[in-house]
Amino acid sequence: MTGIGRRAVLAGLAATSFARPSLAQGARGRVVVIGGGFGGTTAARALQRAGIGVTLVEPAETYLACPFSNEVIAGMRPLSAQAFGYDGVRASGVTIARTRAEAVDGAARQVRLADGQVLDYDRLILSPGIALRFDALPGYDAAAAQAMPHAWKAGAQTELLARQLAAMPEGGTVVMSVPGNPYRCPPGPYERASLIAWFLKTRKPRAKLIVLDAKDTFSKQRLFESAWRALYPDILEYVPLAAGGQVTSVDPGQMSVATDFSTYKADVACIIPPQRAAPIATAAGVTDRSGWCPIDPVTFESRLVPRIHVIGDAAIAGAMPKSAFAANAQAKVCADAVADLLAGRTPVAPKLVNTCYSLVAPGYGISVAGVYHPDKGVLADVEGAGGTSPLDAPDDVRKQEAVYAEDWYRTITAAVFG
Amino acid sequence: MRRLALLLLLATPAAAAPPPGATTCSGCHGAPGGAVPSLAGHSAEDIAAAMAAFRTGARPATVMNRIAKGFSDEESRAIAAWIAQGGGQ
Ligand SMILES: Cc1cc2nc3c(=O)[nH]c(=O)nc-3n(C[C@H](O)[C@H](O)[C@H](O)COP(=O)(O)OP(=O)(O)OC[C@H]3O[C@@H](n4cnc5c(N)ncnc54)[C@H](O)[C@@H]3O)c2cc1C
Ligand code: HEC
Repeated sequence: MTGIGRRAVLAGLAATSFARPSLAQGARGRVVVIGGGFGGTTAARALQRAGIGVTLVEPAETYLACPFSNEVIAGMRPLSAQAFGYDGVRASGVTIARTRAEAVDGAARQVRLADGQVLDYDRLILSPGIALRFDALPGYDAAAAQAMPHAWKAGAQTELLARQLAAMPEGGTVVMSVPGNPYRCPPGPYERASLIAWFLKTRKPRAKLIVLDAKDTFSKQRLFESAWRALYPDILEYVPLAAGGQVTSVDPGQMSVATDFSTYKADVACIIPPQRAAPIATAAGVTDRSGWCPIDPVTFESRLVPRIHVIGDAAIAGAMPKSAFAANAQAKVCADAVADLLAGRTPVAPKLVNTCYSLVAPGYGISVAGVYHPDKGVLADVEGAGGTSPLDAPDDVRKQEAVYAEDWYRTITAAVFG
Repeated sequence: MRRLALLLLLATPAAAAPPPGATTCSGCHGAPGGAVPSLAGHSAEDIAAAMAAFRTGARPATVMNRIAKGFSDEESRAIAAWIAQGGGQ
């Protein structure tokens, strides 16, 4: 054990004996989880099940899930299909502090909440998701997002974009801007483009969608592009970085989107800005200069502050994408590791799976899967595993994958919030 | 549920811990009745044999072929045994 490690353990013993009682005091240690999304809620429930007292800090009474929110935008389902309460989580025994975490003191091992409460922890798990960067794209700030929605957090933004599309004039133009890596849900923008194109094709066939991308390659690219050629040849125009796709500024007053080469006038503009880990991660000192959180691939413990673990979108999880599936898988691994560490055991190297389904039209699903393990200090792909749905799959396989996608959503939301 | 809690209390740490990859399966495999087949009630032998068939491609699949290739036979057997004992429920 290193000197720092031993000191931390000693400090841990001291803190445990003198600290005031916390909200949920378990037999083997106190864990606080910040963020009641896919990652945090999963972690809290897994720890509770293992008999470890845990407090979940989450200000919202209703969680609005992003997976399938692109269908809401295309008018295929209501936003209410994305809403999940925390009654099931409470019933499972997890204590919920319904407020925001404002500060983390990694040395004192305390979290300060917006309602004034202070929670002591032996281990802290952060799953706070992302912040949209309103300082990265000239012209695009929080006010601009009211005219040009990002809809990258489900809720009012999702409904705004859906309303704008429904109200758009017949021969209108939709412009989408897609950021460079990394960002939440790598295939999400292309699923959104597909479903907006489907909406236009069925409701406003003279309209156009222009997708401006800050990169040249993307997740499930060959599958998306072949579907676009087959389904939306006259509607969807994709402009990669190499063809001048990088958006350099926007003007919400003019409803214009500029690249180095041209300026696009939009009737509806969906601007997905660059992102970073949510602010509480920076407040806790666990973000690096990239704005994301470097972690140990076995325990998800921060590389920067001991006893703070980071999972989900906020973490730098190597080859694993930022997805709800990944956040859920990481949460279970992290909870097991935290239980081991609290009991003085050494966590074993995990294996994780991710699968992201996308719809390119109703009844047309595609997927990308990966299996991951710690390798040379990062989460790396297990060679020979994973990959995308076949390019030449028949229609019934696409249909089956669309059914599995829906079933995945039902299963995971039931496991997390049910 | 009660049995699991007892197991957690009584078992040696190594036995209580899910083997690598085991907790990831419940991301898709849930209660019976959904489109994705439930693994509840399957024997360890059945699960391990299915994983082996998915891995070689002997059994057609939309996604399990891509997932099973990430696990050795030994890893699959350990996961199968854990799931068959009610782990992750
Ligand atoms: C359009 C779209 C489609 C998507 N589709 C899919 C898909 O098909 N499949 C898939 O797997 N993933 C999908 N995703 C990605 C998925 O939504 C995210 O990867 C996932 O939500 C990440 O989980 P998380 O726990 O890291 O963060 P989140 O789910 O965002 O949860 C973070 C929580 O932390 C809370 N929080 C933040 N700060 C604080 C604080 N200071 N104090 C207390 N609480 C705080 C927030 O209120 C929030 O509830 C999609 C995303 C988008 C945008
Ligand atoms: C992305 C979702 C997903 C994940 C993750 C997943 N499975 Fe599957 N599984 C499926 C689907 C879908 C099928 C049906 C076959 C197919 O199309 O791939 C299936 C079928 C199976 C079957 C055959 C069941 C039967 O009754 O026919 C077994 C066994 C199985 N999976 C085991 C596992 C194990 C073990 C894991 C974890 C290592 C796992 N699965 C992870 C989606 C998943």
